Amino acid sequence: MNAPVTLAVTLDRLSMRQRAEISTIDWDSMSENEGARLRALGLDEGVEVEKLHKGMFGFNDPIALKVGRMMIAVRKSHASAISVVIPA
Amino acid sequence: MSEAAPLIVLAGNPNAGKSALFNALTGARQKIANYPGVTVERKSGHFQMPDGRPAELVDLPGSYSLEPTSPDEAVTRSVILGEQQGERKPDAIIIVLDAANLDNHLRFALEVIALGRPVVIALNMMDLAERDGLTLDPAKLEAALGVPVVPTVAVRRRGLEDLSAAIETRLSKKTDQQDVVVSKERDHGLRKQAKKIANLTVVSETAGRRWSERADAMFLHPIAGPIILLAIMFVMFQAVFAWSEAPIGWIEGASEWAAAAVEASLPEGFLRDFIIEGAIGGVGSVVVFLPQILILFLFILLLEASGYMTRAAFIMDRLMASVGLSGRSFIPLLSSFACAIPGIMATRSIADPKDRLTTILVAPLMTCAARLPVYAIIIGAFIPARDVGPGVGLQGLVLFGLYIFGIVGAMVVALVLRSTVAKGPNSGFLMEMPKYQMPRIRDILLGLWQRGWIFLRRAGTIIFAATVILWLMLTYPKVPLDSPVSQVDYSAAGRIANVIEPVVAPIGFNRDIALALIPAMAAREVAVAALATTYAIDAPDEEAEAKSLTERLQSRWSLPTALAFLAWFVFAPQCISTIAVTRRETNGWKWPMFMLGYLFALAYVAAGITYWSAVALGL
Repeated sequence: MNAPVTLAVTLDRLSMRQRAEISTIDWDSMSENEGARLRALGLDEGVEVEKLHKGMFGFNDPIALKVGRMMIAVRKSHASAISVVIPA
Repeated sequence: MSEAAPLIVLAGNPNAGKSALFNALTGARQKIANYPGVTVERKSGHFQMPDGRPAELVDLPGSYSLEPTSPDEAVTRSVILGEQQGERKPDAIIIVLDAANLDNHLRFALEVIALGRPVVIALNMMDLAERDGLTLDPAKLEAALGVPVVPTVAVRRRGLEDLSAAIETRLSKKTDQQDVVVSKERDHGLRKQAKKIANLTVVSETAGRRWSERADAMFLHPIAGPIILLAIMFVMFQAVFAWSEAPIGWIEGASEWAAAAVEASLPEGFLRDFIIEGAIGGVGSVVVFLPQILILFLFILLLEASGYMTRAAFIMDRLMASVGLSGRSFIPLLSSFACAIPGIMATRSIADPKDRLTTILVAPLMTCAARLPVYAIIIGAFIPARDVGPGVGLQGLVLFGLYIFGIVGAMVVALVLRSTVAKGPNSGFLMEMPKYQMPRIRDILLGLWQRGWIFLRRAGTIIFAATVILWLMLTYPKVPLDSPVSQVDYSAAGRIANVIEPVVAPIGFNRDIALALIPAMAAREVAVAALATTYAIDAPDEEAEAKSLTERLQSRWSLPTALAFLAWFVFAPQCISTIAVTRRETNGWKWPMFMLGYLFALAYVAAGITYWSAVALGL
């Protein structure tokens, strides 16, 4: 049988209130420090996230994510380096 | 040496309730200082262990990781490793965890435990976790971590005895320190382990959206969110005027009564003039603004304690990004509305050095509370107190406009700085937004009391001294009886002001303003006291002396001059303490001197443009 269908997008394109799992993060697109901070706030490969809020009308930036029981604000520039898969 | 009190440090993620636990353990007796060479605060206090021995407790800056991404986190790391200059190696480490946020907070705990240092875990905010529908098993957590775990509710002082007993036991055991090896793979492993242990500890969890999330659906709404933020700020500035009327009246009444009492009980002469004109007149005219300053601080403290401040940062981030800053700069800048000094100190949480420098340099443009007395007296005297709409007073509107003027100025300056002296890549914005909390009245009152006290102490020292010196310089030398020259023009201060006047005359400033600007360098509020003192001395007779400062200003200043004076104070760097704190935070004289120069230049230009435009418009 076929494997369950998954849809891969980057975090900035994820729709609101959508749960997804982080598949890969493009660590090379950011500095060492930024990567470390991302991981320190719980954003890492294999983590489940949910997109909760987006910034001011007209910009939709930054975005607020639910990571575990925390809410984390991330800029689109970082979110676009984070690929997620939406479980089927 | 063995008799020295053991050093216990509190470490943990931000928002884990570390400071609440620190306050609960040490009471109100705490000492705040800086670590040598860095601008990171060291908060210490003492508590008693069950055997009666005292222990020193240090509250370390909140950290997400031992791998530092800011100066704060670097200090936490080196203290824990025993490498911090000016700090002993801690004898035990208390790691504070938010019981409702274990999978995130356990990461840091695991990192510290891996060092092999003596650790006790405070599983804090147990009550809130239960309210969220979580049932936790501390024994399972203890077994998984291999270190003692004590459930606590710091704000209700629950679990404190158990915690100090656990620390005491822990102190008697020997441990070996391990090295830290940092890598992406290690981070990855830590997170997985944290998640596993969190799952083990959480016995049951009932689903359901929390009210904090429902509140965010409104406060972080892309359209409603910014409108609410603007409305909150608008209400805040209206309240500063509307709520302060009555208490200001009481203070004015009290100082009039004091002046009358002195007049009745002292013979005419130097001492009586000194007390009435110098001390009561000068200091009184500043103390009158205490109610307005307290109202402003009340709002800022409430916004901070409720957790709304981080939402404001979220909403503002995109706008801040357009001038090269991030939402992180919003909190220091908003604090600068109260005072630039805590604002500049709050920039320590900004990781990017260029971002931080820019924020420090524009912080003085945020309208601080010390400018309020100046704005209030000028607005009160020259802007009619009429309503321009339901519940919207013209005076409040002008004040709001001055704040906006400062903000816009700061944005433009930030943009220029980020593309010139503070050039660098655009930094990111990564921030935790904690759950909303009901502010605790006790903490708010304590904060208000501290702020109010600082203001009154300034009034009693710097402002008093500046006022007295100015009064003496205005009173001496005494003008000869038959001279046509006025006392102020004849006095030492008046002569200095007459030299400065030609420089500021093009922007509409008269001699009295030139006179007020000098002592206002010590503290902006002194400008008001200085004007009050000048006009008290200059009064030709008793009747004129009885006129209020407002009436005197109205009769001596034109509207364009008053407006130019307001514009000047939006930009002028008139506070030595701000320059001093900038020197400390930037480790040198280069940036404070730069700040002084650019702010004076801007103030001059802004006042000039305001004056010339107002004159051209025939105001």
